[in-house]
Amino acid sequence: MARTGWLAGSAVALAAVGARALVRRWPPRAGTDPWPGRWQVVTVAKRPEQVLPGGRWPEPLSRLDGAVEVRARAAPGGRGTELAVRPLGGEPTLPGPAAHLVGDEPGRYLRQVLRETKQLVETGEVLRADRSPLDRPEPAG
Amino acid sequence: MRALCWEGAGALAVRQVPDPELRNAHDMIVRVRRSATSGGDLPLLAGRVPEATVGEVLGHEFLGEVVEIGPEVRRHRIADRVVVGAAVACGACWFCRTGLLDCCDNGTSGVTAEPPWVQPAAGCYGRPARLGGFAGGHAEFVRVPYADVGAYAVPEQVDDDRAVFASAAAPAGWQGAELGGVVPGDVVAVWGAGAVGQLTAGAAVARGADRVIVVDEHDDRLRMVARHTGAEALNHRYVDVLAELRERSGGRGPDVCVDAAGPPAGPTRWPAVEPDGGVALREAVHACRKGGTVVTLGGGTAFVDRFPLGAVTDKGLAVRGGRRRGPAAIPELLDRMARDELVTEHLATHRLPLERGADGYALFRDRVDGCVRVVFTP
Repeated sequence: MARTGWLAGSAVALAAVGARALVRRWPPRAGTDPWPGRWQVVTVAKRPEQVLPGGRWPEPLSRLDGAVEVRARAAPGGRGTELAVRPLGGEPTLPGPAAHLVGDEPGRYLRQVLRETKQLVETGEVLRADRSPLDRPEPAG
Repeated sequence: MRALCWEGAGALAVRQVPDPELRNAHDMIVRVRRSATSGGDLPLLAGRVPEATVGEVLGHEFLGEVVEIGPEVRRHRIADRVVVGAAVACGACWFCRTGLLDCCDNGTSGVTAEPPWVQPAAGCYGRPARLGGFAGGHAEFVRVPYADVGAYAVPEQVDDDRAVFASAAAPAGWQGAELGGVVPGDVVAVWGAGAVGQLTAGAAVARGADRVIVVDEHDDRLRMVARHTGAEALNHRYVDVLAELRERSGGRGPDVCVDAAGPPAGPTRWPAVEPDGGVALREAVHACRKGGTVVTLGGGTAFVDRFPLGAVTDKGLAVRGGRRRGPAAIPELLDRMARDELVTEHLATHRLPLERGADGYALFRDRVDGCVRVVFTP
C-alpha cells in the first residue's frame, strides 16, 4: 500500500487486483496490452481538492461516470495530484463516449481523457488542433 | 492564404490554403514577416515521418506581426512584432513551471499518435497534426496557441533578419551549451557547423569557454565559424578528429562535446548510407574527457546502432539530450541581439520569396552554394 492514501472519487474502488501472468514485450504494440484494465494515471499540477472539488469528477472525466473507477492522491514533492482511472470490471455495453472502453483500445482512450482533463484543470481549456489538411477544401494553385 | 505545403516524399509546393483561425482563448494569429528552414524539417521532407499528411504546412522558425488575439491573451497587442518559439508550451503544467517548457505536458492537441515512451513532449509548428503538431510558419499567417508563453516582442533595434533566429536556432544553440554545463575554462567541441552548431559554439564562448572547436566537412561553413563565433574549425575530411581534439585539450579530451550535426545532407546519402545516423554522437562519446558531458541535440535521428555504451560507463560520462528548446531563453537572446552580442543574420545565406520555398529547401537539404539557412519572406 502506498504511503500516501488515495482519496475517494464518486465511484472509488480500491479492490486489490489479482496477480496475472504477464508476458512482457518491448516495444509494446498498440492494442496488445495484456492488462487492458490497468490503472491509467496522470499527474495534475493542482492540489487534490482543486482537481476533485467536493469529490466531483472534473470534465471530461465525469462523462464516464458509471463506467470507470477513479482515485486520486497528492503527488510527492508538491507536484500536484496523481489522478488514476480504470474501467470497471466486466464487459458491459456502454453508451456514448464510454463505448470506447470496450473493444478497441480502452487504455489509450482513457489516457486521452486524462490528458484533456489535465489540460482543462491546468490551463482552463482543452487545446484544439489546427484544421488538418484533410479538413480543407481541395488545394487550388 | 499562401503556404508552403508538403506534397509527399521530397516534394513541396506553395498552395492556397484556408487562413488560420482562433481555436482557443489563449491563441493569437500572426502575419509572418520572416521564416527560416531548419534541419528538423528534413525527415518530414524526405518522407520519413509516417504520420505526415499531404498538405501539412512546414516551418517552425518564424517571426511576424500580431493581427488577431484571443480573449485570454494578456501580453500582446495587435501590431506587436513578435518572434515565436518553435515549442508549443502551456506555461501551467509542472514541467513548464520548473522551466522545462520543451517537456510541456499540454502542448499537443487532439488524438495524437503516442510515441513508444508514451510521453509526448511539447508541441511544435510545422509538424504533423497526428503527432500533436500545428500548422507551420512558412505561410502568410500562423495560429499561435498559448501566445503569452510562446511569443515575445522583438526589441525595436533588432531587425527581422536577426530576430528570426531567436525562434529556434539560437535557443537550440544556447541549450547545447547550457545542457553541457559549460563554465569558464572549459574546452568545448561541437559537431556540425550549421546554424545550431555555430550558435552552440557562440554560446559556449559567451559562457566563458577557454577553447571552442567546431567539427564539420564543409569549408565554407567552417570559415563562417572562424569569422563569426571565435571558435576554431576542424574539417574531418582532412584531420584525425580524435587525435586533434586530444592534442588541443592537453591530452584530456574536451570537457563538453555537443552533437549538433543534424541529419547528413542530400537526398541520396540520407538515409541510405548511414541508416542509423549517430556518426557524430559516437565520435563525441569517444572524444570526451573522463567525467565530461556529451550533449546530443537530435536532428531527426530516432535510433542509433552501435552506441559506445562502454565508453560512457568507463569514462563516467553524463549524456544529455534536447531537441527543441522551449521559449524560455528567447527574452535573454533578444536582449543579447539588441546589444550586438549575438549576431545571426549571416546565417541567412539565402533570402527568397515564399513562392520559391521548394527551391530554398533543395538548396538547404543539399547544402549547395554555401547554404546554411534559407529565410523566406511571404
